[in-house]
Amino acid sequence: MNRRQLWQRFIAHLDFPLLAGMCLLMLASLLTLYSAGEHNFDRVLAQGGNILVAFCCLWVVANLPLHYLMRTAVPIYVLGMLLLIGVALFGEISHGARRWLNIGVATIQPSELMKIGVPLMMAWYFEKHEASLTMKNYVVAALLLLMPVGLIARQPDLGTALLISASGFYVLFLAGLSWRVMGGLFVTAVASAPVMWSMLHDYQRHRIEMLLDPSKDALGKGYHTIQGMIAVGSGGVFGKGYLNGTQTHLDFLPERTTDFIFAVYSEEFGLIGNLILLAMYFFVIARGFVITANASTYFTRLMAGSITLTFATYAFVNMGMVSGILPIVGVPLPLVSYGGTSMLTLLLGFGMLMSIQTHMKLVKS
Amino acid sequence: MNKQVELKNHQQEIFNFRLRLFIGIGFVSLLLGTLLARFVYLQVMRHDYYHTLAEKNRISIMPIVPNRGLILDRNGVVLAHNYSGYTLEITPSKVVNLQATIDDLARLVDIAPRDRKRFRKLQAESHDFETLMIRSRLSDDEVARFAAQQYRFPGVEIKARLFREYPYSDKTSHLLGYIGRINEADVDRLEENESAANYRGTDYIGKTGLEQYYEHELHGTTGIEQVEVDSAGRAVRILSRTPPVSGNTLVLSIDAKLQEIAEQAFGEYRGALVAIDPANGEVLAFVSRPGYDPSLFVDGIDADSWKTLNDSPDHPLNNRVLRGQYPSGSTIKPFMALAGLYYNIRSPSQTISDPGFYTLSGSSHHYRDWKKGGHGTVDLFKSIVISCDTYYYGLAVDLGIDNIFDFLTRFGFGKKTGIDLEGETSGLLPSQEWKMKRFRQKWYTGDTVSVGIGQGYSLLTPLQLAAATATLANDGVGYRPHLVREVRNSATLEARRLENKPTSDLKLDAAHLELVKRAMVAVTQPGGTASQASAGAPYTIAGKTGTAQVVGIKQGEKYDASKLDERHRDHAWFMAFAPAEKPRIAVVVLAENGGHGGGTAAPIARKVMDYYLLGKVPPVEPKDLPQAVQAASGVSAASGVPEVEAD
Repeated sequence: MNRRQLWQRFIAHLDFPLLAGMCLLMLASLLTLYSAGEHNFDRVLAQGGNILVAFCCLWVVANLPLHYLMRTAVPIYVLGMLLLIGVALFGEISHGARRWLNIGVATIQPSELMKIGVPLMMAWYFEKHEASLTMKNYVVAALLLLMPVGLIARQPDLGTALLISASGFYVLFLAGLSWRVMGGLFVTAVASAPVMWSMLHDYQRHRIEMLLDPSKDALGKGYHTIQGMIAVGSGGVFGKGYLNGTQTHLDFLPERTTDFIFAVYSEEFGLIGNLILLAMYFFVIARGFVITANASTYFTRLMAGSITLTFATYAFVNMGMVSGILPIVGVPLPLVSYGGTSMLTLLLGFGMLMSIQTHMKLVKS
Repeated sequence: MNKQVELKNHQQEIFNFRLRLFIGIGFVSLLLGTLLARFVYLQVMRHDYYHTLAEKNRISIMPIVPNRGLILDRNGVVLAHNYSGYTLEITPSKVVNLQATIDDLARLVDIAPRDRKRFRKLQAESHDFETLMIRSRLSDDEVARFAAQQYRFPGVEIKARLFREYPYSDKTSHLLGYIGRINEADVDRLEENESAANYRGTDYIGKTGLEQYYEHELHGTTGIEQVEVDSAGRAVRILSRTPPVSGNTLVLSIDAKLQEIAEQAFGEYRGALVAIDPANGEVLAFVSRPGYDPSLFVDGIDADSWKTLNDSPDHPLNNRVLRGQYPSGSTIKPFMALAGLYYNIRSPSQTISDPGFYTLSGSSHHYRDWKKGGHGTVDLFKSIVISCDTYYYGLAVDLGIDNIFDFLTRFGFGKKTGIDLEGETSGLLPSQEWKMKRFRQKWYTGDTVSVGIGQGYSLLTPLQLAAATATLANDGVGYRPHLVREVRNSATLEARRLENKPTSDLKLDAAHLELVKRAMVAVTQPGGTASQASAGAPYTIAGKTGTAQVVGIKQGEKYDASKLDERHRDHAWFMAFAPAEKPRIAVVVLAENGGHGGGTAAPIARKVMDYYLLGKVPPVEPKDLPQAVQAASGVSAASGVPEVEAD
């Protein structure tokens, strides 16, 4: 096998349009991190490392044939559930929540695993019962979703619980959950909102109140929202220019390499930059939909659709939070925020998309 | 046909799926559209507004740090307060050449190498845009000199700040603790309990002692000032102001004068003293010797001072009252005697004949009494008065470790007292279960023998013994020892008394208590082990001496203080309460390497009781080290006659 063949082998299962979109977003990430980190390369290099590691995982997953992927669904889900129960029983408390599990070598946050594990399990379940789907199957799938979500909400980590609910809901939706049931659920949700409100933790209520009136807690949580909005708004149409964001560099912005990185980007690149960023996201999401539409099996369709929609949701929730239309939930901007775990989770998802796309092509040819 | 239906179904299914996928695409477009609309709103329509906020007249939200609450003693004497002083501060990001600037400054104001070291440490822990202190407590002269030259030093400014001051310095260091700069661990903790916002602008937080335990009372509520600042950061006008609320004042049960007298009474000795009001658990004096200068920590301690404190063989940072764990020695005997009576193992009239040692049946090992040749015929009363070891060896074996453990646990040994300070240790009350867990060995009768005289595995803290003494003095009704009597609201001056209910009632037999207390009174009378120190007191003292071994003495050898290294000499204990009939104060004294309880520890307790009960202030003595050394060797300084002493 010569070098050329080796290269062919290497790229055989990569999807180039998707890869191109991802790379553009990651480039934006590195540029913005340099600015947000006070012209310091440490964060940029560390993020480069995160990307490299995550890309290796992506490559491995992309090269896995689909039936392997399906076979991992049950073990991953069961492992995730066991870890979540472990967290509930022996988890470490940090920042008032029990989210981490110490497994000797490292502390892990099992709810991250479930971001992939839950839709995977649900898609697997629907594939199993594809021939004869009845209402019962939807109920079982919903239970598969609600068990981990309940455990995560109890930690309490409402943000992650809602996001996993969303990714599970997308599977239910794409699997054909009837409109009438969805309508019923919506009405019930609205009706039970006051009950839910009373069940929320103080700090969660606080965050929602802050959204309605950020100035109420100008020194605390409202501070994040106010400063985020000032950064975005003062960016204007053309932005203040790369490395020139005053909000960023006078240290008014909190968490500016992680959850609030969009404020840095938006302040420096303005509305034009935002349009470009939205276009990049739209491109990645659109490619995800194309892969979904072409997917050959029920399992892969559901999985690809859920991954794509979840990705879109993450992007929306983060940018919505920074620009002050959603409450502050700890959601990073996908592919852009600094952080190894979220990068890994996202690229695993994209690895699956690529596997779905390229292995299907092989089946066809 | 069948196949066609299936195919049709399949096509129908694909159609349904794609329909839903299109709805999904529509949903995503809606989300992205919403964001776009929001961006246009913020960045185009409201751009001017936010631009103004960000650039021209930035609205700055300034926290107004509240004044920290005061700490007073029971009579209103100030133990911790704030005073305003000037500091010289540098913002590293605004200074071009930091080293040169500091050198220049050193020509105007005094900057010691210590200040430089502290500054470097601060700088390593903080961001460059924060203002960091290089000198604290500037004199008026220095302020004037710098003010005249300020134009030469951009990024350097004088700030008026409140400093925490502890007038009693090392005399209250282990009690009050100190405040120090907020570090990362503190920030994590503040975020955890959602109070980070209230600490915006606050640089200091309670690190140890009462300053730490009552942080939530002392800190107060941060005020907010919304000011318009120009692009240079100068405040143009105040838009709104929510005033801060000062922290609450703590009123302690401690008597500062008593604390001071106790400190002085120790002379050169290391050790601990706790005085408690048995009627309510209020701690009257809380002394751990030596102390340290808490102001070293307030500004951030430099590495040299830290090393000196940390490496000192005297361990000044060790809070001996709370965390010092010592064998109880003979001070355990009154409690053992009560246990013997409680479980009906000994009657008051039952006697033993003491040959000077105890042997277990079937063993030749001699458990020695402190007095060679023994005490002759000993009953329970005499066993306390002369502190007979042989009596308690046998009593412990007859009681058995389970009964001893149960009974002493009820007096609070082996568990935390629950005093209002962090970091208390629980001592060690051995049990069968404990030994199995710790050594994977079963409990032998031989282990029980030495427990009877407070040696062996058992360890206790001076605080535990003081609480137990107070419970004994109060006829078995115990209180959680506590230091803060009331919390006074700084604004309304409303005083909130902290709850003060008994935490245990041991339901002891009145006759048993009377016997043991009578014996403890005899301890302080002629013929008892603490008679010297109690001579001439116009009130009755019930007491018990004790000696805790630091190093073991081999079978057949004799303890000789003069041959031992000073730090290997025995620790001296004295526990007491007075007046014995209606106790108003319970005192426990531990003098490290002090030798005999009666010789060194009891005189310290006497001075404390004299002041508390009679208002008598002891004359200031010259350093009485020679006397202490003589006392340690078992020879009374006053008479030259060997004093009756235990163990």
